[in-house]
Amino acid sequence: MMMEKAVLSVITTNKDKISGGAPIFICDTKEEMDNVAANLEAILDGISHALSNEMYVIVKH
Amino acid sequence: MNEYTYPILFGVIVGTIARAIMLKTDYRQYPTYLHGKVIHLALGFIAAGLGSVAVPAIMEKEFTAVTFLTIAASQFREVRNMERNTLTELDGYELVPRGKTYIEGIAIAFESRNYLVIFTSLVTTLCYLVWNVWIALVAAIVCYFIIRKFMSGSTLKELVDIEHHEVQFDGAGLYVDNIYIMNIGLPARQEDIKRYGMGFILSPKNFDVRSTIANLGQRQAILHDISIALGVYRDSGTPALVPLIKRDLDDGRIGVFILPQNKDVDKAKKVLGAVPVLENAIRLPSESKANKKGSGKE
Repeated sequence: MMMEKAVLSVITTNKDKISGGAPIFICDTKEEMDNVAANLEAILDGISHALSNEMYVIVKH
Repeated sequence: MNEYTYPILFGVIVGTIARAIMLKTDYRQYPTYLHGKVIHLALGFIAAGLGSVAVPAIMEKEFTAVTFLTIAASQFREVRNMERNTLTELDGYELVPRGKTYIEGIAIAFESRNYLVIFTSLVTTLCYLVWNVWIALVAAIVCYFIIRKFMSGSTLKELVDIEHHEVQFDGAGLYVDNIYIMNIGLPARQEDIKRYGMGFILSPKNFDVRSTIANLGQRQAILHDISIALGVYRDSGTPALVPLIKRDLDDGRIGVFILPQNKDVDKAKKVLGAVPVLENAIRLPSESKANKKGSGKE
């Protein structure tokens, strides 16, 4: 089956809000999170979407 | 040499010239690479030949010769398939794809133009045989205008009002006017988009247009054309930088978000206005019986 969209990974600074599913990257600061998200965006060829100030998801469209 | 030589020759030449004229204006829809042109000129020549031979054949009471035209029809349907396949294959490698609706429109145009060539050759040869070369020449000129009429579909500026709006962010949401386009998470990307992005609002002039510009194929065609004309700030590794069109569900306006390399508002408006309205996207809800009988408004 071809999936149209998929969450490739989750990047967050708030450990309590997440669990399991996609690969999770936990960061200490917002800057680190931005950095990791920018890298992952390029690597995974997906788009970083912000769900809140402390959580990004990388989605393949 | 016999009495039919010159009329047939005349018909073939006029038909081939007609095809050449129709190819010339194709460049925006299709790159002008030489080999592609040769294919279509050759097919145009064949079409012209078929069209002009049909008339003498009938005059000689060879009625079965008309069945040749059916072979022509299947031949040109093949042209449509060929164009569709080529363009679909190539579309995967475009930074901003044409979209299936646009491709289908181009393929249909290629097929129908061959029929126009047959028609031109047939009419001119007939005129030559029935009257003389001068009448045939007049017929050729009339055909030229008919062809011109068929070639020029309507463009977007006849259907919508185009307004420029700056793109703006509300949190991570990217907006053009009040139309939500997409969610951009990274602050660095947001900066890029603020710097390079441009927004336009296309408001439909009437009810029919709403459904036409809502068509996803038509929207993709708009994005493709504008990215061709103004360049696009995008590469294969940057999926976040993607031109998009979203719709305002309340009133049918569409918000066009583009990333041109050439940020010239007037030029962009001109290009948007010149985008062809795709035949396959045109809808006429006002023609439906329900709408006619009802209040009649809109």
